[in-house]
Amino acid sequence: MASLVGSRVERKEDKRFLTGKGRYTSDINLVNQTHAVFVRSPHARAKIKKLDISKASKASGVVSILTGNEIAEDKIGGLIAGWAIRSEDGTEMKCPANPPLAKDNVNFVGDPIAIVIADSLDEAKVAAEMVKVDYKVLKAVTGTADAMKGDAIHDGINKNLCFDWLLGDRQKVKEAFDKADKVISIDIINNRLVPNAMEPRACVADYNSGSDEITLYTTSQNPHLSRLIMSAFGNVAPEHKLRVVAPDVGGGFGSKINVYNEDIVCSWAAKKINRAIKWVAERSESFLTDIHGRDHVTHAELAVTNDGKFLGFKNETIANLGAYARVFGTVTPTYLFGPCATGVYDIPAAYSNVKAVFTNTAPVDAYRGAGRPEATYTIERLVEKTAMELGIDRTEIRKKNFPSSFPFKQTLVHTVDSGDYVAGLDKAKQMADYDGFQARKKDSESRGKLRGIGVTSYFEACGIAPSAAVMSLGCGVGLWESAEVRFNPTGQVTVYTGSHSHGQSHQTTFAQIAADELGVPMENIDIVHGDTDKGTFGMGTYGSRSLTVGGIAIVKACNKIVEKGKRVAAKMLEASPDEVDFKDGEFIVAKSNKKKTIGEVAFALYLPGSRDSEFKSPLPEGEEPGLKETSFFDPANFSFPAGSHIAEVEIDPDTGEVKLEKYTACDDFGRIVNPMIVEGQVHGGLAQGIGQALYENAEYDETGQLMTGSYMDYTMPRADNFPEFNIGYTCTHATTNPLGVKGCGEAGAIAAPPTVMNAVIDALGGQEITMPATAEKVWKACKSMKKSNAKAA
Amino acid sequence: MKSFNYHSAKDSKEASKLSSSNSAYLAGGMTTIPSMKLGLASYKDIIDIKNIKKLSGIKVSGKSVTIGATTKHVEVANSKDVKKAISSLAALAEGIGDPQVRNRGTIGGSIANNDPSADYPSACIALDATIHTNERKIEASKFFKGMFETALKKGELIEAIEFKIPEKSSYQKYPNPASRYAVVGVYVAKHKDGTRVAVTGAKPCVYNDKDLSKVLDSNFSVNSIAGMELKSSDMNSDIHASAEYRANLVVIQAKKAVEAC
Ligand SMILES: Cc1cc2nc3c(=O)[nH]c(=O)nc-3n(C[C@H](O)[C@H](O)[C@H](O)COP(=O)(O)OP(=O)(O)OC[C@H]3O[C@@H](n4cnc5c(N)ncnc54)[C@H](O)[C@@H]3O)c2cc1C
Repeated sequence: MASLVGSRVERKEDKRFLTGKGRYTSDINLVNQTHAVFVRSPHARAKIKKLDISKASKASGVVSILTGNEIAEDKIGGLIAGWAIRSEDGTEMKCPANPPLAKDNVNFVGDPIAIVIADSLDEAKVAAEMVKVDYKVLKAVTGTADAMKGDAIHDGINKNLCFDWLLGDRQKVKEAFDKADKVISIDIINNRLVPNAMEPRACVADYNSGSDEITLYTTSQNPHLSRLIMSAFGNVAPEHKLRVVAPDVGGGFGSKINVYNEDIVCSWAAKKINRAIKWVAERSESFLTDIHGRDHVTHAELAVTNDGKFLGFKNETIANLGAYARVFGTVTPTYLFGPCATGVYDIPAAYSNVKAVFTNTAPVDAYRGAGRPEATYTIERLVEKTAMELGIDRTEIRKKNFPSSFPFKQTLVHTVDSGDYVAGLDKAKQMADYDGFQARKKDSESRGKLRGIGVTSYFEACGIAPSAAVMSLGCGVGLWESAEVRFNPTGQVTVYTGSHSHGQSHQTTFAQIAADELGVPMENIDIVHGDTDKGTFGMGTYGSRSLTVGGIAIVKACNKIVEKGKRVAAKMLEASPDEVDFKDGEFIVAKSNKKKTIGEVAFALYLPGSRDSEFKSPLPEGEEPGLKETSFFDPANFSFPAGSHIAEVEIDPDTGEVKLEKYTACDDFGRIVNPMIVEGQVHGGLAQGIGQALYENAEYDETGQLMTGSYMDYTMPRADNFPEFNIGYTCTHATTNPLGVKGCGEAGAIAAPPTVMNAVIDALGGQEITMPATAEKVWKACKSMKKSNAKAA
Repeated sequence: MKSFNYHSAKDSKEASKLSSSNSAYLAGGMTTIPSMKLGLASYKDIIDIKNIKKLSGIKVSGKSVTIGATTKHVEVANSKDVKKAISSLAALAEGIGDPQVRNRGTIGGSIANNDPSADYPSACIALDATIHTNERKIEASKFFKGMFETALKKGELIEAIEFKIPEKSSYQKYPNPASRYAVVGVYVAKHKDGTRVAVTGAKPCVYNDKDLSKVLDSNFSVNSIAGMELKSSDMNSDIHASAEYRANLVVIQAKKAVEAC
């Protein structure tokens, strides 16, 4: 039987999605359901002096209006940061309380203060406008760089500083810098982004007073984790009385990891009013209240020898957490960022120092790449600048500092098991016709245009994560994954996974894997996910972990199935278990050439009735009937995809418009399960990464109003902004999992921003500009280039 | 969205009779409905004018192209007659928004709304249009009064827009990368009696740039306007483009338009 792993199997989920048969949260309507609208703060920072719901409560159709007072009375817990970070001086991080409905203070525009529940959505909206709130507006703190200088926005949190974290050795770095021929430094801003999942957040909460059970349908990337948090910290209901279902979910990119205020409030309120409640975010609510991504201000330095050897690296970053610290809010700018900031280079001494600050803006948390795009942007902009200043070819300087062998003990934390960075860069250069660039540049110049080329070599740590490692770094839970594989008596298979698909195509790739392991045709395998009532506990999908952690759990559970099958087949075939081989769905005894298919063995395990007068069990003594196995897989290490990307841009100096002419991505994702799906993941990541470099920017004014709160002002890239992507691979298998796979979901978003910006800045003769490289910024840079060229002449 | 009364008018007369100080006409609804949904506008009465047959359609004579008020952008973009008579006008319509917007949005709605970065107002100025309403005829130069302001009186209904056919013309839009409305759009039209350079997006209201028009009148060439620097002090400035950048874009887009003529 040909292996399915590695082939371009068409997506099993497409028929459902493309024919409108997907079932998203907002498709769910329950009997007697009510509709909720949240009253939200229009101010970035204010005290709530008075909240008057008396008139609104009497409005037509209103069922109930609940506020922070009732939340406090019922001891409903607040939203949490899932990762405890310690400062360099040993003190614990400081986080403010974040009640699901603000009672006394609001800290960003969109902070919810009341839920208005009515028979219809229109009635809820009208009543919400009648809720009177008397605010004392306070001066907001919005900018990242200056946040520590502003008023303290949370009681007891000095300088708005959550933590001041250090990874690395300052003394060693100092010694390295003392020895250096040159120090190259750079100041960069990693712009804030809005994740913009196609499906806005939504939830439908139901309560059954007979069983005292709450069911929450919600747009989550990790329903089990959400239930755990809502139960253990939110005090909404004990876990066995709370079912969380994340049905089809239309994109997450990290923004749907968090348990949000609305999830907790609707679940709690449904029980209070004993009716189902539906809430669906409007797009403007998504802009204001979904977690945002990135938002770093960084100063970095690289100590080098004149011939381009890297000796030491410093990374001083201020990371904006927004108003509150959320689930991955504190780990994203620390352990997901700091270690990767030394990139693919063997740098003897390094440190990352991160000051995380609170501001009156939407909470910032994990967004596709989470920390690794910021890290890669820092080092790859710095390396490109170093190459320019030393006059060394940008690819040669990279090669010179790549690790000489694998496993590669990276400077700060990780031991990278496998890779071949030179091969990746060489292949990327060849795919991009790197050597032909000068001719293309001349051609552009003959048309009055500027042309630039940019390179990035990246690695990243994903497939999060080994529990021992992350828990020693402060994570609140281990990050293993579970799988359960069940055979029906008639031989079809249902795989329950704790991963969650919201665009990752698990129905297809996971079925490919199980089909290969079990020798069962793919169409006889169903993948079930997204419901805490089905399947065992799972950690969900983020950090490119589904395949490398969740997929491996499936392999392990399948292995157990085969082991049990061997024991049973042995008895059926009158051999001992170690004489039974399993291949292509058949148990075979070599010496007798007798066989049983896995379907026959499964059937036997369910003890089907027989007409024989005497019942002879096919099972060995002591073997339990049934065929179902579970595995909890805890990876031995992160997975470390890597690669090199090359971009070419052409700039029209008259308008500053940047046209991305060519984009080449050569990635090493280890073994590839489905090349078509991986291409889709790479395309999506690139679109978001290029979006960050050229278009997207979440911008707040000094009063804390989001200036880019709709698609009129927030530039989402569109298909016509991109060239045809040139995608290729190198392949070194991961040595830390049986499939040899590495994560691929975030690579595009990680590598693209520095690749594109390096190209833009190259075209501008090395002039630094910030992301996004909008036409006006580039136009100004072109003008000053003209001026300085004129001076030079 | 707040609730409202919906009316469908049979003819212009009924439409204007139904109108009040708290009503809006519904043409494509591409502006009216989003602003109602966002709570920026609310009306007691919505008067649908799409069923008034007389308001839709394209007529071309030797000298002019007349487009009914409820003619959709897609119809203008695809019209062979418009393409033949004033191809730049069909191209302008093709560049508005996205297919959904072009399949519903109308020329009358666009100019009645007079969004400072809308495309059609520049065509009206450059092509020396006459706006036919149920009450009178208004010259384009007197129609666009200011930001979202026109010469229309309450309840006055645009019936058609009559464009003069120029010798040659071109519209060059520099789209806002987010909304794809014009950051700046420049419509250059060379008529027998002179050149008009209509600019949208740059100022609170569309205008005929007298400086550019004058230079092009004496010498209709790219070189004649290359390097011109326009005053930016009264130009729009927002997060997408500063006034200085817009002033630059007006000249650049004008150059492109002259080149394409
Ligand atoms: C996503 C999006 C993108 C867009 N992009 C662009 C763009 O790139 N360029 C551009 O120019 N425009 C753009 N638009 C606007 C679009 O062109 C609309 O069609 C136009 O603004 C309004 O036309 P309408 O027919 O939809 O008018 P409606 O929304 O129906 O009406 C708008 C206003 O005009 C009044 N009105 C309508 N018809 C008449 C009439 N005959 N007489 C008197 N008053 C009338 C109404 O009372 C109302 O006040 C965009 C719109 C959207 C939603």
